[in-house]
Amino acid sequence: MTDHSATPPSSIASSGSALMKKRNRHQKVLQGLGIAAISFAALMLFILISSLVSTGYKAFYQTHIQLEVFIDPEQISADNLQRGNFDDVLLDSLKVYFPDVEGRANLRKLESILSNGAQFKLRDRVQADPSLIGETVTVNVPVSDDYDQLAKGMVDRDSPANQRKLSDIQIGWFDTLDEAGAITQPINWALLTNADSRFPELAGLKGALVGSFWALLVCFLISFPLGIGAAIYLEEFAPKNKWSDLIEVNINNLAAVPSVVFGLLALAVFIGWFGMPRSAPLVGGMTLALMTMPTIIIATRAALKAVPPSIREAALGVGASKHQVVFGHVLPLAMPGILTGTIIGLAQALGETAPLLLIGMNAFITSAPDSPLDSATALPTQIFIWADSPERGFVSRTSAAILVLLTFLIAMNAIAIYLRSKFERKW
Amino acid sequence: MTTAAFLCLLVLSIVGYVWNRQAASAIRNGGARLHSLTGFHGFYSLLMIFVPVVVLILLWLVLEGPVIDLVLKSGLSDRLDGLSTGETQLIVAEIKSIAGGSIFGTPEQWKLDAAERYNTLNVRSGQLLLVAVLAMSLALLFFSRRKVAAEFRARHGVERIVSGLMIFCSVVAVFVTIGIIASLMFETFRFFEKVSVAEFLFGTNWEPQIPLREDQVAAEGAFGWLPVMLGTLVITVVALLLAVPIGLMSAIYLNEFAPRRVRSIAKPFLEILAGVPTVVYGFFAILVVAPAIRSFGQGIGLDVSPNTALAAGSVMGIMLIPFISSFADDALSAVPQSLRDGALGLGATRAEMMTNVLFPAAIPGIVGGVLLAVSRAIGETMIVVMAAGLIARMTINPLDSVTTVTVQIVTLLIGDTSFDNPKTLAAFALGMMLFIVTLVINIFALRIVRKYREAYD
Repeated sequence: MTDHSATPPSSIASSGSALMKKRNRHQKVLQGLGIAAISFAALMLFILISSLVSTGYKAFYQTHIQLEVFIDPEQISADNLQRGNFDDVLLDSLKVYFPDVEGRANLRKLESILSNGAQFKLRDRVQADPSLIGETVTVNVPVSDDYDQLAKGMVDRDSPANQRKLSDIQIGWFDTLDEAGAITQPINWALLTNADSRFPELAGLKGALVGSFWALLVCFLISFPLGIGAAIYLEEFAPKNKWSDLIEVNINNLAAVPSVVFGLLALAVFIGWFGMPRSAPLVGGMTLALMTMPTIIIATRAALKAVPPSIREAALGVGASKHQVVFGHVLPLAMPGILTGTIIGLAQALGETAPLLLIGMNAFITSAPDSPLDSATALPTQIFIWADSPERGFVSRTSAAILVLLTFLIAMNAIAIYLRSKFERKW
Repeated sequence: MTTAAFLCLLVLSIVGYVWNRQAASAIRNGGARLHSLTGFHGFYSLLMIFVPVVVLILLWLVLEGPVIDLVLKSGLSDRLDGLSTGETQLIVAEIKSIAGGSIFGTPEQWKLDAAERYNTLNVRSGQLLLVAVLAMSLALLFFSRRKVAAEFRARHGVERIVSGLMIFCSVVAVFVTIGIIASLMFETFRFFEKVSVAEFLFGTNWEPQIPLREDQVAAEGAFGWLPVMLGTLVITVVALLLAVPIGLMSAIYLNEFAPRRVRSIAKPFLEILAGVPTVVYGFFAILVVAPAIRSFGQGIGLDVSPNTALAAGSVMGIMLIPFISSFADDALSAVPQSLRDGALGLGATRAEMMTNVLFPAAIPGIVGGVLLAVSRAIGETMIVVMAAGLIARMTINPLDSVTTVTVQIVTLLIGDTSFDNPKTLAAFALGMMLFIVTLVINIFALRIVRKYREAYD
């Protein structure tokens, strides 16, 4: 014994210095692998975010064209606005810049500079104020997707003409307009205020945002009370027997069931058996609630467990009943933890896509829902629809929609972290 | 009407609360000693009204649709006699759309009449609901008011109701599981009426088509799930080959070697990676990873299909890195300090302590985490729906395009509503298999994790 403890460590190192080097090298290798693994994960996150930002920021501004439009009373009459030739009126104002363009085909090509929604925008404006007929007004309308891509530098002008959608003449038209100062690129509020559209330059997220809001509201209203009730019962009241064990195992397994299976359940039960409407945020919210409930139960139980027994004993000691202890003292103290868990659960629900696809919340709907029973999309399903669309403009819109979704998720998680740090008590 | 019913209920239960509370206060002020606090008398009334009537409203809403449909169909029995279920459904749907105000073409007069009757039935049902809610709430209001007395145990009543509600909440979770199993089994049995069990389980051909015409021969459809399962396995293996080593290495580093500052930065990094919705990963796969793999493959002269298993699998692997890392980190942290101290005390370097002592001791917990990751990879949907293929092939080449169970479920069910052909029912059969496989893995994994925790606690 004494022999060993008396040997100074340096002699071990010197006697086996080759071995020691090898062992230290081994440690270096292990550390290096660890750092490489972490860096790989960080690199992937960086590539993910930067690819989204680099493609998505272009959707946050939109190329518009400003035209002086004479609203010709011969083409548009006040009593039949729906049949007014708004497209011809717009074309006339475009022709001012290009007096030498002739022929039906060429004129149609010229007109395609404007977004398909331009005539409706003008119509709505005249409808709101019929006195504009016969006047010259300044309108500011989006250009169509191909020209938007051109303005954003997504079209390689030097590539062979048959590999791009716009001919040299069309590019020339656009440059003429640009030089005349008719082209502007304001911030694209339509991304948030328009509903979905087949034309990328008009498509927006309003329908998806409202749909997600309704779905999350329903999800919260169902899963929050159910989750808290179940958690309080299991943690504070349930006798330890086979039944409570069964419920416990069941909840843990439910949290790990693939989300698409919840979609199948919703499709078969809510829509198939109960006859609820397809694509409705109500059904989406109910489905998400079933998935969020286990998360909330698990978080609530952890929060209840963290309240020290002394609180319970003190309340019981002054004569409170078991219910009064739980609802008057334990639950309020556990509330910050419960809310944190709930917000994180809702953030997960906001990003959930697969079950919503199965209940039809990927429909093409061009107006925002007025109630949870109307057909709607949600943010993640809108991303899925746009990611599937072939038009080039939708690539940047998809990235932009993802950035919007991530902003919401980060905000929700930030609130959760704030709540935790502000109200969490160390006992 | 439903909103009115709810408002009505809300107002009456608040009235009940206030009324009972005041009655109890009056008794107390009269000098009697109350068994329960006045607030409990109020809550007793509130709960006595609110709970049963909410149950009534919900039941009504669930049963209203089917009952009205039944009445509608029985009114049309002379028209619908001898028609198949599909044709009946079509007519009912048409009547409903007429009732909703969207009339296409010129429907027959009897359909217009039926639509009008459908509308009246709906309005009647709403009125009836309102009346029922009012009557029941008022009855309960007076019933609970009459209960107020000095010796009435309102607190016990309230606590019994609340306990009942909480038990109901816990049982809902069980009902969800039962609902999943029941709905999957029901539709799966209907599927097996049309396609034999043996063909589904052992068939090597997956071509879910349905004949469009009676006499169509070519498109009988084949429903053997093996190629679909094989595709799922290929993608899962690719994902794990990426996620397990990287996840484990980062957990080992963070748990033992990382300075406190690195740890405090890297952990949130991984948490962000874990919080990204899967639809975002799917878009990442088609926007960045798949083109990169394709151009790399072409660069070294390999023929890579546009939606390879490799792209979907590796993106899924990225998604699983934080999952495995956090499980492994927990497992390593759960190893008792005495084992670390013992190994270091014997003169082991920290790396030797990790590889020879900590890691073997943590293996059960890590295996549990990896198994949970496997079940997640099998059940993951959006990444593969967006990045993997649609055609089932018996191949294990990760550069080929393969399909997965979840991809097939989603593509079979998108846009199709009728539940009476093998194509849509096949999705439920696949869902059943998915549920069984993931459930078995989950139970196994959770048991390992739990056992392992108990061993060191």
